[in-house]
Amino acid sequence: MSETLYPIAVEVNGRARTGQVPARTSLVDWLRDELRLTGTHVGCEHGICGACSIMLDGEPVRSCLMYAVQADGHRITTVEGLTKPDGSLSALQDSFCETHAMQCGYCTSGMLIAAQALLDHNPRPSEDEIRDAIGGNLCRCTGYQQIVDAVQLAARRIAEGAK
Amino acid sequence: MKSPPFEYARARSVDEACALLHQHGDTAKLIAGGQSLVPMLAFRLLRPSWLIDINEIPDLKFITVDIDAVRIGAGTRQCVIDRDEKLGTHLPLLRQALHWVGHVQTRNRGTVGGSLVHADPSAELPLAAAVLNAKLLLRSQGGRRTITADQFFSGPMMTAVRPDECLEEVQWPLWSGARVGSAFTEVSRRHGDFAIVAAAAQVAVDGSGTCTRAAFGIGGAGPTPLAFPKLAGELVGSRLERDVVLSVTEHAAKQLEPGSDTHANAAYRRHLAKILAGRVLTSAYAQARGTA
Repeated sequence: MSETLYPIAVEVNGRARTGQVPARTSLVDWLRDELRLTGTHVGCEHGICGACSIMLDGEPVRSCLMYAVQADGHRITTVEGLTKPDGSLSALQDSFCETHAMQCGYCTSGMLIAAQALLDHNPRPSEDEIRDAIGGNLCRCTGYQQIVDAVQLAARRIAEGAK
Repeated sequence: MKSPPFEYARARSVDEACALLHQHGDTAKLIAGGQSLVPMLAFRLLRPSWLIDINEIPDLKFITVDIDAVRIGAGTRQCVIDRDEKLGTHLPLLRQALHWVGHVQTRNRGTVGGSLVHADPSAELPLAAAVLNAKLLLRSQGGRRTITADQFFSGPMMTAVRPDECLEEVQWPLWSGARVGSAFTEVSRRHGDFAIVAAAAQVAVDGSGTCTRAAFGIGGAGPTPLAFPKLAGELVGSRLERDVVLSVTEHAAKQLEPGSDTHANAAYRRHLAKILAGRVLTSAYAQARGTA
């Protein structure tokens, strides 16, 4: 059985990308399988774990709960798009390395997206605000403490950098 | 965990969505935020032939404060409700309910209308709609009709929406008078999960602190969220004294038909319903008395 293909045009990490997708292809599968942006992870595939978090028009969403065809005309940022223009790690990514905010790394890209979205809106978040922002992302390794530490460290660094 | 095949159409207007529903009948489903629908497709609980996307319809996204109601477009994202200052003043119960709904990522995509038509008996927004007996405007190619929340929810994941209808707008009644308080609480395994039991209340008082109007309801303890307008009426004229509240909430708990599952058995749900209803009534009353 052949499925109808739908043309899509999506801005991904600042680049115009196009594709032909069956309607049922999830956004995360398109990003990973067609664009080979494998930084975004597929976890539960039903909107529970947050591993597939990406930014849609600047706001974090779960890319397993959207079909690629729905992203037509929209702007997407994946974890690959968080690095600085020269390709080096962002303040948040550096902080994740320094505080060892990961172990297996499966949740990390989703955590980075959730935390970056928080810092974009709220550069000096409280611990409660950080925990709320990553509340939709499951981590089975760290117990979350190092992730909270990383976001706090990044917030401090960004504030210092802005001085 | 991959969705079954379907055809896709992006509706640009409510008219177009209704025309597509008319054309494809009950083989089509509307998709709004998709936060519940996409998992259902992934689990293959549903196999629609067509998905009609209503995310890009600007006419479904609005918040208007009228004299007697707040009108919210069905496609309004939950995160927009969260951030809307005027709703904090006019319709605090909705914001209080939303505090318990999902996570940042799901609220950024999930819509008010989507949560209502999904009609999970444990979901927060349906409970808020039941307590305030919100009006729901349904549109089809044949015309429009308005029904109230008590007619809207017909069972678990079941509503009075016909296959060719699109929920267009939700009207949340505003209570006149300044002394109105509201409260929402729930017990769930983790914050953001669906409630095991949830309770919501709104109370108005006069200058002396006597209750002039009350509404409360329970979610997660029956096939639909349930409001108790008759029992709430018994609070009018009281000052929500402990024994009055206890009598009303005990009666409410007796009327429930909670189920048992891995999270909680029926007896525990009934117990929670009584306790949480008492808490929200007391808290809404205190808030009403505290407001000028």
